[in-house]
Amino acid sequence: MHISPDPHADVALEVRRLSTHYLLGPITLRAVDDISFTLRRSRTLCIVGESGSGKSITARSILQIVNPPGRIVAGEMLYYPRDGGPPVDLAKMPPRGRQIRAIRGRDIAMVFQEPMTSLSPIHRIGWQIAEGLVAHGMLSKRAALKRAIDLLRQVEIPDPVSAAERYPFEFSGGMRQRAMIAMALACEPRVLIADEPTTALDVTTQAEILKLLKRLQDENGLAILFITHDMGVVAQIADDVLVMHRGQVVEHAPVRELFADPHHSYTKTLLAASKKLGMAPPPARADIHPGPRLLEVSGVTLTYPAQATLFTKPKPPILALRGVSFDLFEGENLGIVGESGSGKTTLGNCIIQVLRPTSGSVRYTDRAGRTADLATMDRPALRHVHREMRMVFQDPFASLNARMTIGQCVGEPLLVNRILSGDRLRARVGELLAMVGLPADAAQRYPHAFSGGQRQRIVIARALATDPRLVILDEATSALDVTLRGQVLDLLLALQPKLNLTFILISHDLGVIRYFCNRVAVMLRGEIVEVGSTTDICDRPQQPYTQQLLAAVPEADPARRALIGDVSR
Amino acid sequence: MGRFIARRLLGMIPFIFLVSVTVFVLIKLPPGDFASNYAAALAASGETVDDTMLAELRHRYGLDQSLPVQYVRWISSVAQGDFGFSFKWQQPVSSLIGERMGLTLILSFATLLFTWAIALPIGVYSAVRRYTWGDYIVTMLGFIGLAVPNFLLALTLMYVGVTVFHTDLGGLFSPEYLDAPWSFGRVGDLAAHLWIPMLILGTGGAASLIRIMRANLIDQLHQPYVDTARAKGLSEFTLLFRYPIRIALNPFVSTLGWVLPHLVSGSVIISIVLNLPTAGPLLLQALLSQDQYLAGAFLLLLCLLTLVGTLLSDILLALLDPRIRFQ
Repeated sequence: MHISPDPHADVALEVRRLSTHYLLGPITLRAVDDISFTLRRSRTLCIVGESGSGKSITARSILQIVNPPGRIVAGEMLYYPRDGGPPVDLAKMPPRGRQIRAIRGRDIAMVFQEPMTSLSPIHRIGWQIAEGLVAHGMLSKRAALKRAIDLLRQVEIPDPVSAAERYPFEFSGGMRQRAMIAMALACEPRVLIADEPTTALDVTTQAEILKLLKRLQDENGLAILFITHDMGVVAQIADDVLVMHRGQVVEHAPVRELFADPHHSYTKTLLAASKKLGMAPPPARADIHPGPRLLEVSGVTLTYPAQATLFTKPKPPILALRGVSFDLFEGENLGIVGESGSGKTTLGNCIIQVLRPTSGSVRYTDRAGRTADLATMDRPALRHVHREMRMVFQDPFASLNARMTIGQCVGEPLLVNRILSGDRLRARVGELLAMVGLPADAAQRYPHAFSGGQRQRIVIARALATDPRLVILDEATSALDVTLRGQVLDLLLALQPKLNLTFILISHDLGVIRYFCNRVAVMLRGEIVEVGSTTDICDRPQQPYTQQLLAAVPEADPARRALIGDVSR
Repeated sequence: MGRFIARRLLGMIPFIFLVSVTVFVLIKLPPGDFASNYAAALAASGETVDDTMLAELRHRYGLDQSLPVQYVRWISSVAQGDFGFSFKWQQPVSSLIGERMGLTLILSFATLLFTWAIALPIGVYSAVRRYTWGDYIVTMLGFIGLAVPNFLLALTLMYVGVTVFHTDLGGLFSPEYLDAPWSFGRVGDLAAHLWIPMLILGTGGAASLIRIMRANLIDQLHQPYVDTARAKGLSEFTLLFRYPIRIALNPFVSTLGWVLPHLVSGSVIISIVLNLPTAGPLLLQALLSQDQYLAGAFLLLLCLLTLVGTLLSDILLALLDPRIRFQ
């Protein structure tokens, strides 16, 4: 690196001993506790840590947009203006004042995690990008709208002129995140804060967004603060890494040093967890000898009919699944992988008959050895099948009723199927909770008392309540941190031989699939393009799409930056 | 958009037909008819009515015919714009309800505007300043407004009007304009009287709207898109109006459809207490005496009002929220 005579020449932001606390009555939560770092031009600092470690609050503190009762209680945040003038301390500015507003968006811009909800649903994309330019008095409304189109082109959105006229809900997640980035870059800021910008996206879209950010950094010399919990992403894009744990910095090092020689035990845990679910071959497990055929899916097609809408012309019918066929054998774990919109969740719903296929058959052999086609089975007969076939959903926060106790949630499938009631139900719920490693007194508490990882265990306990044979896991670990992800998968693997379970794991995360599954089916646009054993698919992929999917997985090795096409710096 | 409106208008026709059948059956449902109620009223005042006269009355009004025949006769004349004849008032229904319906609409509309004009800003204030003294005070005032029965407020205001200001606050017109033809003077007089019922009817509604607006807005205030707007450098005031308030308004617009009939039927007690020449009291009397054509006409008009109100609110909602327009 070029050493400049003035050590501050390339410094954009210097944070010194920042503390942000949440004052909750008598309790003070030290969300950010005495942390320091420096952002430099053309360099990327990654803050990494699990959820609740204070990474996002650090990012929000810089722009003074911490939600109450959070408050910056100590520290300095020195911003070095682009004209080379003396630095200004952002920590001293009142959060609603004119001074900090002049800096937000113009000098320091931010990209948020949730591309679905971070854009206003009722304003056109173009205007949302132009708004910052108008608010800072940099351009007239008309000129700003023109610039918005240029920005959309810069972030590689096809047909930017018409895209600017559209609303966020007409965009896919990846397109929305591009629009978010265009919005953040509108005023040509010096510092870009990206708060988990790719967490909600699938791997291929993530790779594209990371590449885009890197290109924009090279062009504009942006200083980037990138927040993530994914060590793979860190390895691909970071120059420096700051590891946060419970509000404190536990390690701060250049990226290669951190990966080669982590000092703090927490850093080591993080790295180990991401290696486990990375693309390294999984640890050898006792060979699974698949039993008889459990499920024979053949030619399943689902068509959504043309929809007449209130104001627009009817849309053409959508082919969500096109002739999907595969077999599932007892005791195996089948992974279904594909990017969002590929139809993997729809396939899961068609197997369990939440959605009824338009054509094709789903032949299931039940415990008694009878084989029947679920696709043509009537609802009363399906009740019986639904005891043997359960589902676990992605969002552990949304899939538990907040007004029911854990005991009621877990016992519900037993109660509504009239399998157990009263004391025997309570005993079984206790047994199920113990099975997933939760204390017995959890039954009396409500979902809000539990963390995401614990909730997913509760959901698993509920799925296991009716003693099922097949469990469909629909992105069941996607909402969890990498450490928790590993724990939940290990729990399922430990339960499998005891309960004679067969799993279908639907995921966009190849690491998770590689760790958990024996066989993989790769889906693209409603079709299965490749099926095979996990090792074959991951090590010797035949289809170009599978190869592309594998190439998009960020490798947790900073020496091999295949993802953003940067070998070394 | 045009196709949508046309489709909705066409859809109203069978709906109104069903409503008219229901209305007719409901009016006919209580035992007796207008003639027997008339006889009972006369008997109560000491007079006797002989059966031949009642039979003659029934024959004259067509009450001796079967229900379907009565219905068909009624609905076919309604389709031609003739709402029939009020037995009790001995006048064509249209001349009875014409002005009353108009005045009802004016009062309802004024009340609606008044309610929104006070409820929305207060709701916004108490959401943005949640759990501060200001919020507590407006919330308390709101609950008092919600808890005090409207008729009690009306009686108190009238009492204060008579004892302190020596004026009668009842009615919508001064005696000299009561039956006068429309003129600028009469309009001014109406405006001078309108604010009392508007105030009384508005307080209860405003109190609940404040709570709804507060809850809607609090839901929106911490949405991620508000943070995005803040991170762009917008001022708090601009971003509040441009984002969360606009979205929090949606539920208001969607309730517009049934606010109109509610204001009409909900104001019966106040109209009686304040002696207002609006639709409510007349509808009540017509229902009590089974004055079937008068009651039927009112109920049909109210239903039409609801349908038109709902259509208006749907159109407005689509204009306000692109998600509804495109989905």
